[in-house]
This record gives sequence, structure tokens and C-alpha cells, in this order.
Amino acid sequence: MYSFTYHRPGSVMEALECYRSADDGLYMAGGQTLIPTLKQRLAAPSDLIDLGAIAELTGVDVAPDRVSIGAFTRHSTVAAHPDIRRVLPVLADLAAQIGDAQVRNMGTMGGSVANSDPAADYPAALVGLGATVHTSSRRIAADEFFQDLFETALTPGELILRIDFPVPRRAAYRKFPNPASRYAIAGVLVAEFDDAVRVGITGAGPCAFRGSALEEALRRRLDPASIDGVEVPDAGFNSDLHASAEYRAQLVRVMARRAVADLLSRGS
Amino acid sequence: MTQTAQIRSETGAGGHGIGASVLRKEDLRFITGAGRYTDDIDLPGQAYAVFLRSPFARARIERIDTDDARAMPGVIAVLTGRDMADDGLGDLPCGWLVKQKDGRDMVAAPHPPLAHTQVNYVGEPYGVVIAATLYDARQAAEAVEVDFTELDPVVDPAHARHSEDIHAGVLGNLAYDWELGDRAATEAALATAAHVTRIELVNNRLIPNAMEPRAAVGAYDPGTGEHTLYTTSQNPHLERLVLSAFVGVAPEHRLRVIAPDVGGGFGSKIFVYPEETAVIWAARKVGRPVKWTAERSESFLADAHGRDHVTHAELGVDADGRFVALKVETTANLGAYLSLFGSSVPTYLYGTLLAGQYRTPNIHVEVHGVYTNTAPVDAYRGAGRPEATYVVERIVETAARELGIDPAELRRRNMIRPDEFPYQTPVALQYDTGNYQASLERALELIDYAGFPARRAAAAARGLRRGIGFSCYIEACGLAPSKLAISLGAGVGLYESGEIRVNPTGSVTVFTGTHSHGQGHETTFAQIVADRFGIGLDDVEVVHGDTGRVEFGLGTYGSRSLSVGGSAISVAADKVIAKGKLIAAHMLETVPGTIEFADGRFGQPGSNQSLSFGEVAFAAYVPANYPDGLEPGLSEKAFYDPANFTFPAGTHIAEVEVDPETGVVEVVAFVAVDDFGRVINPMIVHGQVQGGLAQGIGQALLERCVYDEFGQLRTGSMMDYCLPRADDLPDFTIDTTVTPCTHNPLGAKGCGEAGAIGSPAAIMNAVTDAIGTNDLAMPATPEKVWRALAR
Ligand SMILES: Cc1cc2nc3c(=O)[nH]c(=O)nc-3n(C[C@H](O)[C@H](O)[C@H](O)COP(=O)(O)OP(=O)(O)OC[C@H]3O[C@@H](n4cnc5c(N)ncnc54)[C@H](O)[C@@H]3O)c2cc1C
Repeated sequence: MYSFTYHRPGSVMEALECYRSADDGLYMAGGQTLIPTLKQRLAAPSDLIDLGAIAELTGVDVAPDRVSIGAFTRHSTVAAHPDIRRVLPVLADLAAQIGDAQVRNMGTMGGSVANSDPAADYPAALVGLGATVHTSSRRIAADEFFQDLFETALTPGELILRIDFPVPRRAAYRKFPNPASRYAIAGVLVAEFDDAVRVGITGAGPCAFRGSALEEALRRRLDPASIDGVEVPDAGFNSDLHASAEYRAQLVRVMARRAVADLLSRGS
Repeated sequence: MTQTAQIRSETGAGGHGIGASVLRKEDLRFITGAGRYTDDIDLPGQAYAVFLRSPFARARIERIDTDDARAMPGVIAVLTGRDMADDGLGDLPCGWLVKQKDGRDMVAAPHPPLAHTQVNYVGEPYGVVIAATLYDARQAAEAVEVDFTELDPVVDPAHARHSEDIHAGVLGNLAYDWELGDRAATEAALATAAHVTRIELVNNRLIPNAMEPRAAVGAYDPGTGEHTLYTTSQNPHLERLVLSAFVGVAPEHRLRVIAPDVGGGFGSKIFVYPEETAVIWAARKVGRPVKWTAERSESFLADAHGRDHVTHAELGVDADGRFVALKVETTANLGAYLSLFGSSVPTYLYGTLLAGQYRTPNIHVEVHGVYTNTAPVDAYRGAGRPEATYVVERIVETAARELGIDPAELRRRNMIRPDEFPYQTPVALQYDTGNYQASLERALELIDYAGFPARRAAAAARGLRRGIGFSCYIEACGLAPSKLAISLGAGVGLYESGEIRVNPTGSVTVFTGTHSHGQGHETTFAQIVADRFGIGLDDVEVVHGDTGRVEFGLGTYGSRSLSVGGSAISVAADKVIAKGKLIAAHMLETVPGTIEFADGRFGQPGSNQSLSFGEVAFAAYVPANYPDGLEPGLSEKAFYDPANFTFPAGTHIAEVEVDPETGVVEVVAFVAVDDFGRVINPMIVHGQVQGGLAQGIGQALLERCVYDEFGQLRTGSMMDYCLPRADDLPDFTIDTTVTPCTHNPLGAKGCGEAGAIGSPAAIMNAVTDAIGTNDLAMPATPEKVWRALAR
């Protein structure tokens, strides 16, 4: 770690001000991605702005058709939240599959989403459920939010405040974890809405994206078998030590099929 | 993870004596945070070391500019390999000289602790920054400027012999060509065999990852000239010997090496490394204690790695299904330098084990030990024996499939029979005792072999492919005897010391030259002594890991501690009892030959007069009523040099289920039946087996060390290097059979490595059985399995 100036602002206004007056400021939420990066000396912020004391960034608000979650909400909170479990169980299931207990007790939704790690789980939920990201300056639809490897629509200093998820009729998430890191090698969230089926895919590409061909096939018939006929082209897919692009495409198909089967088993 | 514990012992599990599963004495301090590890040691005035490590796999060091770094806050010194060479420090030696097949000595490239002309692997240290704080040291390390000229690295061992020479004078990067066995007879038997099975195998390279990273604190006392080195060592006396006799850091009598609590080693802490060498040297140079604790990423780069073989093997079988010959050719990657025992692992600890449990009459093995621009490779849990077992048990299983013979039956047909011991193998070893059939039959019973077809069908109904795989392993522990090993090139003896000091009040302090870093010696050795003397477990304290307290020792590796170190303690206990009898005879006014010692009392059979152990101890130190001419005191020691290796053996059977859609392998059942000879503490043995199985299953399914074509380590953290976790493992069914070792006083054979030795072949045989192809390399990752199924 290089040395830096530490701030712990009490409000969003103050946090934004901290950022503006810093040479090279960086927000810190749960620190689960950031602190390892700092320790490896891969980042050298002049100022570290800890978001942990800002009440506006916390809180979960559950309505029948919408779940709104503060950016600083820890993964373990989402996983265990009784109202989320009731209204949007897929999100709680997904959160429970992130990392390990220590990571879930520290890591936050805002941090995960802002980071746009290609293997992170939440992005599949944002894209698959059609969430809206509320920031310090605007609202961004999930489809526009994730742009590339570790790249989002956020501008420098822009702070995620909360994320709103529409509630589908039913949904399911299947993840194929990397055996070492337990991040997603491929993760697929399938959600059935009154007027649409959405498929959010993470792990396979540079950032989370929608599986349009899968959506198309599932709109015609919401059944695991519908996926068998769908081509999942692996062009542009990630290929690394752990999985080739071709294998990732296979996993997307298999996870999608299993997610649909899970979803159907939840009744309607 | 729940465990199905099935532990049988000869003597029942009551009390705290031999055969009792008493809880480990050391665990209270470990689990309450009261352990004292090297990093817990802080000395007054201590400074911190950060090493300068090569970013390249192979490069010439043209110039090192330390001026800016030296001027930075807190910096005490910036020392380079040149400074070390100027101080006259020697190279790190390889402790085992292997003779090549043409009679020449192996070619050991010089291994300076800090590189000064060329770096040969990513992470190799070439300098060290010493500063008042760790932060200062790290900042300054970044300010050191180095001009490197990059050279083409040699990364792939299979091509090392046809690449540029890494070390001047080491032609074709060949450290040695070694062979064992009768080549002509083996080739002749293969030529006429009814069937020959051929196999190509890779034994994947592993990175050890002990829980506690390596660390060292060095201090120098200018008043007495004493150097003290605290370090994470499995063998502090050997560390001292190497640092004084070879490297020349300090004379042996002015160098104290202390290995306090050590959090795991698995072999990786046997060796003498550059870092502790530099730390103790620097401490004297800068006049302050110096501490270094590895970061995990340094452990990945610079701890000695394990395994890394490429092998072609052929097994000849006659018309009756009997093995007639085994021929093995292996290229072993030794890394950039020969680590302390790097030369012996793929030779004497590998080739000698290729008979396995079988009566194969003709065996020949040839090993090409090659240098590459990767971290040095040395002993890792099992050290050579997992590699040997993997070859033998994969090829035997493959032969069974090719011949259509049940794999258990083929093994049974070829096993050495209980009445054939001692058994001389064609590859040098003489097995003293064993009953391989007993372990096999017990394992078949525990796995319910007869029920396997039904389990396979049930899995198929769930869309999964179930397979079963065997591994009937043998290993050689407690390397011995010294004379033989030294004649084969070992640079040290292989005996062990044990000392028992009976205190005047009858409590006992035991000193052992072995070292416990997870094995539970403080309990097991105390059990032996408490059992012998008829005293309480708490009345025995076991001391290890300090050259200032323990006279001499060779440390802990190769599952030697109990069979060799425990035997030394047992012999010392005999001497204590013998002396006690002389004292007791005098006190009881009788002749010495009539005294017997049992249940903690010295007495004459048939007489109701007797003395407790404590009473005799007290008399030894307060010699009022005492035999004339007998020295006071009750303290005895022994150096025990075993007559032979011990040969633990057993059968492991794995059952796996493979998901054909994803290639995921789940280990659904695992039976291990091991013969460790006499067991002192079944619970500890059980734990050792479990840990070994976890590592073996890790090797088979999860772990792989990957260097890219530039020699950069691609698996340099836990994010990419997959260690097994509890949820990767099944419930183990563990049992033991017992044929006591015939040549040591405890009848014990050693249990530390068996799990890691037997299990990889069992798993791979099960996976290949499930997917119906033999062509699959470790680790059987999901993608590899999926591709094998798609072929
Ligand atoms: C061992 C381990 C395993 C893991 N496994 C998984 C896994 O399986 N699946 C998974 O999805 N993730 C996994 N993670 C990542 C984990 O979920 C992290 O918590 C997450 O990536 C980052 O969240 P954080 O709150 O820790 O953010 P931080 O690390 O504090 O910050 C991450 C980035 O987000 C920025 N940031 C944080 N909050 C905001 C905000 N409100 N507005 C704008 N920018 C912000 C920071 O400036 C920083 O750039 C794992 C992490 C570890 C250490």
C-alpha cells in the first residue's frame, strides 16, 4: 500500500466534495476489491474516501413491484433480508453465492456494480432484472450501465446512491463458480415478467450483457428445452486459464437451462 | 464435513498411552492465539527486509543503482548479491549428489543466495532493502534501478534439452541422466510380453502453500559473537549446518537456529532459502535485528514447488495377467537451481518405488533432470513417491482395462504375498513387511465394491457418470540407513536424536531433533514417554526446534519423525529405565538383575516392595542411598540410525460422479485403508491421512502451477491457484490394518504423506473410468473433462 489521506464523510454532499478537492480521490465501500488492489500497489490514490458512514447510501426499501437497495448494502444483508427473500428471492440467492462469508459481510452492492468485474454476480441481476442505477447526478438503465471490462457509464466522482430492481413474476440465477476464486465463470439470471423474459449473463464476456437470442427463444416457450436450439456464439467471450471461450459458451447454455428449470419449479 | 472415523488400534483407546486418541496438547495454544510463530517475534531495534525480486524469467543484471533508494527515509542499507559475494558467502548447496548413468557426478549450477550476474526465475532475489519500517523498505525497494538484459527463457521441461543453456557449463540444461534397474532385461521381457500397456503422464507442478508463509528474524550479538536466526524451518539443525558449513554465514557454535511454532511446511520449509540466509547476514552487517515475513505472493513465486514430471511408461503383462516388466522414462523439472534435496526427489525417492506392491521382476527407470527458468522444485508432501505411485497405479489400471481384467483382481494377482517378506525389489529397496491383500480386501468391503454397478446405474439415471478407481500405493519413509544413503550421495546422515531428562521431581523433559509443524509431536512423543514411564501426559514436555536446546537433529520430512525420532526417544527411555533399575536395586537392597519396571514402578517380582518412578528420579539427584560408582542424575540420550526404510502401504478407492454437461467431477466416496504399522495416536494419524487426502485430491482435480511462455507465473495467487477447500472433499472413510515394522522399537512406519501419495491415482482412475477414456491429465478440471467427453 502507498500512503494516502483517509476521509470518512457523513453525507453524499460531503463525499462528493471530498472527491472534488482531492488530486486523485477514490471511494471505498466494502474494500473487498479495493484493499487487495491497494496492497498490491496497483492503485495509488491521494485520498481514500470511505463511504461507510453515509446513512443515505444504506437502507432497503421493498414495495410489491420494486425493490430499492442502498449502494452501501452489504451482500450478507441482501442475502438474509426477509423482505427481499419474500419479494425478490432470486437476488437474495444470488447474494448468498458471492465469495465467502467474510467477503459477504464486507462487500457492498454499489462497490460490486461500480467495479464491473466481468466475473461478478450482481451485474447479472441488474441486467437480467432491468434495474436502474441511481447516481449522484442521474439514473442509468442497467442495459447502458455496464460498458466493458471494469468499465461502466459512471463518470469520475459520480457516486452510486441506490439501485432499483423491478420485481419479476419469477426468476432464477445459476452460477458456475471458478473453482479457485469462486467468482462466476459463467452466471445466468433468467427472469419472467408479464410482458417479457430477460436473460442477464455474467462471467462469459468482458462485462455483463443480455442474452437476446436466449430471451427470444424463451419468450416463445419458457422451457429448458427451448435453449437447446439456441446458438450461443463465443466470439468476444473471455478465454483464460480457467475456461476457454468455447467452454464458457457451453456453460452459458447449461446454466441458462438449469436456471429456467429452477424458475419453472417455483410455480407462477 | 463430517468424517466417518473407523479407527482400530492394537491396544485399545483407553488412557493416554500408546494407542489412545488423546487430544493434542499443543492445540490449546494454537486455537487460543497463544502460539508463537516467527512473525510474532519482535526484537528490540528490529529493522525490516524487503527483497528485490526479478521480474523476468531469465535476464542478465547489467547494473544496479541503489543511490536513490539509500537516500530514502528510514533506509538502513540496500544490499545486493554483489555485496554478499564480496563478503565471501558461499552458494546454497544441493544436499544430495546424484551419480549419472555414465558414472559422472550430476551438474549442479552455482546457486548464489542473492543473484549477482544473472536472474533465472521470476521472483529470484537479487538484493534486499533494510529499513526502519516495512513501509520504508517497500518504498525504497521501488526506487532501486536495475538494467536487465532479457534473455530467452526455458520454460517447458519437455523442451529444455533442446533450448539455450541457462547455466554456463550445463549442456542441454541437463543436471543429470540417471537410471536404476536392468535395462536389457526389462527391454527383453517387454519384447516377449503377451501384452504391453503404454501410457504418457504429466505429474502436475504444485505450489505448496503452507498456512504460515516463510519468515525469518536474524540477530547478531557483537559481545558474544552469537548469531540467532528464528526461521520457519522443518529442520533447524540442518539449516545451521548448511549456513555455517556451506554458506559460511557464521561458525556453527556461534549460530543458533530456532524454528518456533511453524504453521505447516509440507516439505517447503525443509530447504535453506536465500531469504533467511540474507536476513542473518544482513543483521550482522547493519548491526540490528532484521525481520522478513513473506507475503503470500512471494510464497507463490519463491517457495520451492513440487512434482512436475513428464513420463512415458510401458508395462509388460504375460498371458496370465502377471506383470513381467515395467519401463519408465521421466523428465523431471528441477527449476532454475538445484534446491537442497531437489536432486534426490525424482531419483532415489521416485525410481526406487516403482515396484509398488507388485512382484514385477524387471524394472528399469531413466530420469532426465532438467533446469528451466522456473522456481526451484523440491520435496513436497510425498516427494517422489506420489509421482511413482501415480505411474504404477495409472498404468496398472490402464492395463486392467485393456486386458478386460477386473482392476482389483489384476492387482491381487500381482501383489507381493505376505509370506514373501522380506522382499527384494528390482529397484534397490527391500520391503521388510506388509500385507497388501489385507488392505485391499478391507477397502473393497468398505466401498461396497459389489454394489458399484447399482450405484453407477443410479447415477446414470440422474444424468451423471459414475466411476471407481483404485490406488494400491507403497511408500518408503524414514530414509535410512545413514551409511547406505551417504554412499548413494546423501550429504547428511539420516539418524535422529532423542534425549530424556528426568527432572528430580520425576517430571520429564524430552528433546527431539525432529520438528513439529502440524504433526502433533508434543502429544505423540509425550504419549510414548508417559506410557513407558507410567507417568501422566502432563508430566512430559517435548522440546524441539532450537539448536540451542536440542543437541542435534535432522528434522521432520519423509514421514520420519515417529519411526526414527520416536525410536530414538524409545531407546533413550530404555536407558533411563536401565539406570533406574540400578538405583532401585540398591535402594531395595537387592541385585540389579532382579528388578523389573512395570506400571511406573521398580520392583522385584513376587516382592511387595517397590519404588515409584518419581522416587527413583529423586534418589538420582539426591543420592543419599545410592549405588557406589554410579553417576548421579537421570538423563539419557540416543542417536537412532534405522536399519532400513519403513514401508507404509495401503489401498485407496475413489468413487466420482461426472456431470457430462459441465465436466464437473464430484468425489462422492473415498476409502483409505492404510498400514502404518503400530499407531500411537489414532486421532492424529486420522488427521494426517485426511490432510494428505485433501492435498492429493487437490492435485488430481484442482491444483496446477502455470508459467506462461515468458516464464511469468500465471497462477500467482489464490484467485487462480486452486487449493482444495472442505466443500471440495467428500466424507472420508479411513481405516487401518497393522503389520508392525520389523526393525524399529515402536513398530511404527509413518503416516504423514500416505494420503497425498495414494489418492491422485485413485481419483484419476475413477474419473477416467467414469468418462471412458484414459487420456486425461491432472488436474481434471471441468473443461478438460468436458473436452475429453466431447472427443
Ligand atoms: C475472496 C473474494 C471473493 C469474491 N468473490 C466474489 C464472487 O463470487 N462474486 C462477486 O460478485 N464478487 C466477489 N468478490 C468481490 C466482492 O463482491 C466485492 O465486494 C465487490 O467486488 C466490491 O465491493 P466492495 O463494497 O468491497 O467495493 P470496494 O472494493 O470498496 O470498491 C470497489 C470499487 O467500487 C468503487 N465504489 C464503491 N462504492 C461505490 C459507489 N457507491 N459509487 C461509486 N463507486 C463506488 C470504488 O471506488 C472501487 O473502485 C469477491 C471478493 C473477494 C475478496
